[in-house]
Amino acid sequence: MRVPSRDLLPRVLKGEIAAIARLLSRAEAADPECRDTLGEVYSRAGKAHVIGITGVPGSGKSTMVSVLAAHLRKAGHKIGIIAIDPSSPYSGGSIMGDRIRMSDLAGDEGVFIRSMATRGALGGMARATLDAVDILDVAGFDYILIETVGVGQDEVEIASASHTTLVVSAPGLGDEIQAIKAGILEIADIHVVSKSDRPDARSTISDLKQMLALGVSLESNAAWRPPVIATSSLKREGFDELVSALEKHKTFLAGSEAGRARSRKIAQFRMLKTAEDLLRIRFTERSAGRVAAIADRLASREIDPYAAGEKLIEGMGA
Amino acid sequence: MAENIRVLMAKVGLDGHDRGVRVVARCLRDAGLDVVYTGLHRTPEEVVDAAVQEDVDVLGVSLLSGAHMTAFPRIMKRLKERGVSDIILLGGGVIPDEDVVALKKMGVAEILLQDTPPNVIVDTVRRLVRERGAR
Repeated sequence: MRVPSRDLLPRVLKGEIAAIARLLSRAEAADPECRDTLGEVYSRAGKAHVIGITGVPGSGKSTMVSVLAAHLRKAGHKIGIIAIDPSSPYSGGSIMGDRIRMSDLAGDEGVFIRSMATRGALGGMARATLDAVDILDVAGFDYILIETVGVGQDEVEIASASHTTLVVSAPGLGDEIQAIKAGILEIADIHVVSKSDRPDARSTISDLKQMLALGVSLESNAAWRPPVIATSSLKREGFDELVSALEKHKTFLAGSEAGRARSRKIAQFRMLKTAEDLLRIRFTERSAGRVAAIADRLASREIDPYAAGEKLIEGMGA
Repeated sequence: MAENIRVLMAKVGLDGHDRGVRVVARCLRDAGLDVVYTGLHRTPEEVVDAAVQEDVDVLGVSLLSGAHMTAFPRIMKRLKERGVSDIILLGGGVIPDEDVVALKKMGVAEILLQDTPPNVIVDTVRRLVRERGAR
């Protein structure tokens, strides 16, 4: 028997686990039936502090998230975790294993963990990740941790979705040139060097600090200077420092122009992403059945790629 | 690709044999399903709580340790405590025939033994979800 989404909402607001979980599923499935309810959710949301955690695969994100969540729990905060793993580009299926690293949190009613597959979305998050953030927000979770898929050098969307972005670097994955490249490292509000129990962590820390020192001399009036925090999930070290850096950044944003700018940036990102989704759906509907024929003409070099692209979007309006 | 069936695969108790559960997870992934894997050594209660948070259609528990007659009743009990009636419970692994009968009577939807071919696993999951209907 199907419970209407609007009837789930009061139960979500009370923090009822099964209702939260079900509304998350409907948001993820882009079920049109839940759209008005998600609108209601959005208008009520905005209390939680959203922390994005990103980094290359194997950098220790999941384990770090688990230990960080346990630390935040000690202060009495309720924690929602959205852990994103990739979908297969071939079958569309996925194996989501972030929970394996988070077993220490099992049995704690103040922690809600949800695994999400990317389902073809690029950028490190799933399409419905931000709907999920809103749902956990109105359900009373104080901190929401978004763990992105393991990213490469270019997936920076998380910075437009979270209040505080943590970029996790693990020792031994590149020299000081990696640290001055453009891309992922630039989005960090806080740098975390994981696995700091390893001897080569020192050089990773110093590479990052040197990169940041360069940045400081170039833009010396920056209001927030990203700290570099070394953590060891294995030894549970560095997490008091990490929590205090998070709180510092939260305070920095609270009531400041930087905080308002961040909120605007998040809203704008959300709007653009949603518009993109709507366009893609319309495009898929209208281009269905025409793709193969135009592709044939392109493959035989009868037309060029631009002409083919123009032809495909013909009649979609300006 | 649009079917979006979610499955939680779990190992409970002191059972370190995870080759089977990983093969099954991989089969389901390759059939286009979303699979959440919990890893080894979970309690039945933890597994149910994870399944509820993940809102999965199917909870698949792999047991090769012989503890199935204690694990499944605890899983059923926790599901009831959590007020959940629409998660399909599947068992798999090395389980004697007479226990298969007993477990199904208890409410386990299906037991897939160690010689089940991959396509039968996928078909069974799809069939059970279809029979349950939308929720």
